[in-house]
Amino acid sequence: MKARAQSLTAQYLRPKLTHPGPRGNQGPGGQTPAHQRNTGWVEKRKPHPLTAVSSPASPFYAGPSLHGSCFSHALYATELTCTSRAIDGNRNCFAAGTEIAFLRLPFLVHGDNDGEREHQKLLEAISSLDGKNRQKLAERSEASLKVSEFNVSSEGSGEKLVLADLLEPVKTTSSLATVKKQLNRVKSKKTVELPLNKEEIERIHREVAFNKTAKVLSKWDPVVLKNRQAEQLVFPLEKEEPAIAPIEHVLSGWKARTPLEQEIFNLLHKNKQPVADPLLTPVEKASLQAMSLEEAKMRRAELQRARALQSYYEAKARREKKIKSKKYHKVVKKGKAKKALKEFEQLRKVNPAAALEELEKIEKARMMERMSLKHQNSGKWAKSKAIMAKYDLEARQAMQEQLAKNKELTQKLQVASEIEEEEGGTEEKVEELLVPDVVNEVQMNADGPNPWMLRSCTSDTKEAATQEDPEQLPEPEAHEVSENSSSQEVLSELRVLSQKLKENDQSRKQKASSEGTVPQVQREEPAPEEEAPLLLQRPERVQTLEELEELGKEECFQNKELSRPVLEGQQSERTPNNRPDAPKKKKKEQMIDLQNLLTTQSPSVKSLAVPTIEELEDEEERNQRQMIKEAFAGDDVIRDFLKEKREAVEASKPKDVDLTLPGWGEWGGVGLKPSAKKRRRFLIKAPEGPPRKDKNLPNVIINEKRNIHTAAHQVRVLPYPFTHHWQFERTIQTPIGSTWNTQRAFQKLTTPKVITKPGHIIKPIKAEDVGYRSSSRSDLSVIQRNPKRITTRHKKQLKKSSVD
Amino acid sequence: MKVKMLSRNPDNYVRETKLDLQRVPRNYDPTLHPFEVPREYVRALNATKLERVFAKPFLASLDGHRDGVNCLAKHPKNLATILSGACDGEVRIWNLTQRNCIRTIQAHEGFVRGICTRFCGTSFFTVGDDKTVKQWKMDGPGYGEEEEPLHTILGKTVYTGIDHHWKEAVFATCGQQVDIWDEQRTNPICSMTWGFDSISSVKFNPVETFLLGSCASDRNIVLYDMRQATPLKKVILDMRTNTICWNPMEAFIFTAANEDYNLYTFDMRALDTPVMVHMDHVSAVLDVDYSPTGKEFVSASFNKSIRIFPVDKSRSREVYHTKRMQHVICVKWTSDSKYIMCGSDEMNIRLWKANASEKLGVLTSREKAAKDYNQKLKEKFQHYPHIKRIARHRHLPKSIYSQIQEQRIMKEARRRKEVNRIKHSKPGSVPIVSEKKKHIVAVVK
Repeated sequence: MKARAQSLTAQYLRPKLTHPGPRGNQGPGGQTPAHQRNTGWVEKRKPHPLTAVSSPASPFYAGPSLHGSCFSHALYATELTCTSRAIDGNRNCFAAGTEIAFLRLPFLVHGDNDGEREHQKLLEAISSLDGKNRQKLAERSEASLKVSEFNVSSEGSGEKLVLADLLEPVKTTSSLATVKKQLNRVKSKKTVELPLNKEEIERIHREVAFNKTAKVLSKWDPVVLKNRQAEQLVFPLEKEEPAIAPIEHVLSGWKARTPLEQEIFNLLHKNKQPVADPLLTPVEKASLQAMSLEEAKMRRAELQRARALQSYYEAKARREKKIKSKKYHKVVKKGKAKKALKEFEQLRKVNPAAALEELEKIEKARMMERMSLKHQNSGKWAKSKAIMAKYDLEARQAMQEQLAKNKELTQKLQVASEIEEEEGGTEEKVEELLVPDVVNEVQMNADGPNPWMLRSCTSDTKEAATQEDPEQLPEPEAHEVSENSSSQEVLSELRVLSQKLKENDQSRKQKASSEGTVPQVQREEPAPEEEAPLLLQRPERVQTLEELEELGKEECFQNKELSRPVLEGQQSERTPNNRPDAPKKKKKEQMIDLQNLLTTQSPSVKSLAVPTIEELEDEEERNQRQMIKEAFAGDDVIRDFLKEKREAVEASKPKDVDLTLPGWGEWGGVGLKPSAKKRRRFLIKAPEGPPRKDKNLPNVIINEKRNIHTAAHQVRVLPYPFTHHWQFERTIQTPIGSTWNTQRAFQKLTTPKVITKPGHIIKPIKAEDVGYRSSSRSDLSVIQRNPKRITTRHKKQLKKSSVD
Repeated sequence: MKVKMLSRNPDNYVRETKLDLQRVPRNYDPTLHPFEVPREYVRALNATKLERVFAKPFLASLDGHRDGVNCLAKHPKNLATILSGACDGEVRIWNLTQRNCIRTIQAHEGFVRGICTRFCGTSFFTVGDDKTVKQWKMDGPGYGEEEEPLHTILGKTVYTGIDHHWKEAVFATCGQQVDIWDEQRTNPICSMTWGFDSISSVKFNPVETFLLGSCASDRNIVLYDMRQATPLKKVILDMRTNTICWNPMEAFIFTAANEDYNLYTFDMRALDTPVMVHMDHVSAVLDVDYSPTGKEFVSASFNKSIRIFPVDKSRSREVYHTKRMQHVICVKWTSDSKYIMCGSDEMNIRLWKANASEKLGVLTSREKAAKDYNQKLKEKFQHYPHIKRIARHRHLPKSIYSQIQEQRIMKEARRRKEVNRIKHSKPGSVPIVSEKKKHIVAVVK
């Protein structure tokens, strides 16, 4: 009866165990009811996912699941049922942390006392079913240690049951070895992550694909850049290569038709002229074959030697020809002459008749030379010397020598003219008689004074500063004159004249040195008594431009004066009485030196009442100033500015219009100027412009040049590709027309940026056009095997990108 | 007596043949040719004026359609042939040299939404409102044969656009999704979607031929990769993009014609900022097509005009319009880059010169040299105010002119407001957004 009841309860329990609640699922530490084990049920459990324990070290795991497909391992054994199952992802669970769920094999090991109690309860429940005694009999009992045939108690041992323990006893059976192996293999494998949801996967796909495409496209970067910056693009891009057949092909297919062609062909074929590749005639080939190797080598060496020698001699001759030394050539010539003489002597000894003939020949040549006008200036040599004579003293002398030789033969004695006699000294006359004046013009000039020449010099070049020695010129003249003249009046007159001349000379020199100083000198000379008031006036403020300018001029003058102290010294030496006012002038000029005025500290008046601190400050300031002064010693800003301003003023002044036509109504030509009357008549004076705005502002230049009318035609802002105005100006100033450029340059300058041929289809750019290898695979090839799975590689890429 | 005579080497002045050019001795001494800049300036001014005088771009009008022209296609091998589809389902093939229609097909019921030619030029495809894709032979039917398509594919939804692959027998349609079809199959080999919206146009990249671009009515432009069968990136703009066009010389550049009157040129690798915003239209831009040289593109607008933009300039260099031309729906630049065709609402296809003042026909070498020189002069002096004014001057219809003024005022007001906002708020709190970035809403990966 009891046994029957037990089996009954077992039957009742079965469904209960298949749906274990939270309590029934106690993890690996739980106990399995004995009856369950004994009956050998194969049981599939579906535990609640939330209670599933996830641990990488768990002995059982869900097999590799890629697309959320379920994968289960069921292990069957006689005594044991273990069920593992991959848990279908609950969405919340994945969203939380994309955990991969694992189920450990749930060992439900119940104590037998537990079962006993339940059994008891069940019995009570059954008995209470009849309805008579409804109240529950709460009875407590001790847990029994009895070993039932239906269950195993692990009580007392205090150990937890492990999988290995369970497997231990069944080791011997061969069928279980495989199972164990499987289990071990499963244990060694790693966990697999959860699959992503669809949007995520697509996004990753897109991102990876985009990166790939971008990489593919980046190969076009250099091409695009090149095309954008190209000076010229010619479309269509792909070049149609003209099909040029090799010449042999053309020739083989070609036949001579006209008689001329046939003739040429015949000739060619007769010579067996090569047409095709090896460019050797059969004769040459034969000779090549006939010659042995050694012979050929020898021949070649010989040829080489000959060639080397030839080139050596050529080089030598060239070198010798190039030698410019006259001495060398003279020596060579002499050597040749000696040689000739020697030969002649020998010839005389050996064959006197021949020598005589030779002599005659020489004599004849000499006669011919004399007959011809060799010594005039008509020869090649003479002509070349005439060109050189201007610059080369030697050449000049050589020419003179030649001419003298000529003159020697042809000259008649000249009678000196009376005027010359009167004017010139007797010694000079003698000289002149000896040497023809035409020839020695220049020489004479260099040698000593020729009064006539000198006079002409002084008379017509008054302005021109004579470089040689301007002071010297008038003096000897004066001496001469003084010597020559006998009467006293004349002498005195001449003295006055010479004095004047000297003065004139000085003034001229000054003019040459600085233009502005002439009036200065004139003004200052008559006023030495003004010195004292000027001294008092010194710290006056400069008011107008004129004043400033004057200051600048004076300063300028002074500087010039200083720059040539040697000259001045010479002058003063020569004429000490002539310039008594010179030092004074210098002194005065220094007084009103603008630079000094501005840069030097005005002498501070030190009074005892002033406290010493200020003095100290003063000292410091002075030091500072001194330093600055030293630092900028070379710079002369003020003068530069003044100069600039003067120039600006000059430039802005309206210009006179000169409408004189030279040669109109009178003689014209080189060196002739239109008459002053005419110039006056046709000169249109420009009206005085309005006063400058910066007239009373000495330290400002106001540019009044801007013209509104022209401004309308000017570019106001710098156009885009240019970075600086001068770049733009330069491009504008470079003309591109054929008027200013050669044809080639013009063509180059005006090449259009894009050239298209009419009637030609322009195809899109191809990889082959720009030298890339186009991918051989079709765009279609990939579509067919459409990989819609996310691989670990993609995932890695994604991770990388997310990190980046 | 020796008489000195001038003697010259005849080689220097005698021509070898009569066809030789006479040698003209020139002296390039700059003092003999003064005033280079003023003279060239005057030449440039004259050249600019002459350019305006000779600017007569309109060549011909092809009439024959009985409804508005909805789409145009070029023949890939023949410059003289163009195809057009109208709103009544009629497709016509035209000969440009003769300026007449050579073939008429009643292809679809309702609109012809898209038309494209096969890369070899033997056949062409049309899609229509009747949910069909039809392939037609380029040559007409023989005598006694009926005019019927080579293939007809009946789809489930309406196709709004079609484009053919540049090298292979593959074409792409768009509608609810972008489908890629093998010519031999009746089912798409691949369908690509991203979100749900009606896609208005799809275009193959002519250089990297596996790339596609499409634009949908939810304001976005989506790029696809045919090889990997996946969309790549999506950029969302302020307003809807009507169509896009790829640059045939620069693989990664495309231009989008937008409803907000602007065109945007993008580098497809950096979609968050357009390379250039082209603005001159005063109404929605409906179509855009690149010059085959890749240096310029033409755009058709709802405001009855077409404009030519240099790729690197934000303002157009040319605007074409006629009194009779209504809303321009489609525009194409011919393959020799010399002409522009546009199809408009009032059933006409118009042919324009791409360079308004260009002389057609063969030029002698001297003409060519003069043309080049004038062009260079115009370029050189283009920044001078008078020349600039003359070169820029275009006559516009009153409506467009007044609209431009209006737009300018509106823009100025917006700018002023923005400036004021920046001025009166905490420094840095109101970010200054550049014009380029202003119109980009988002880039979706």
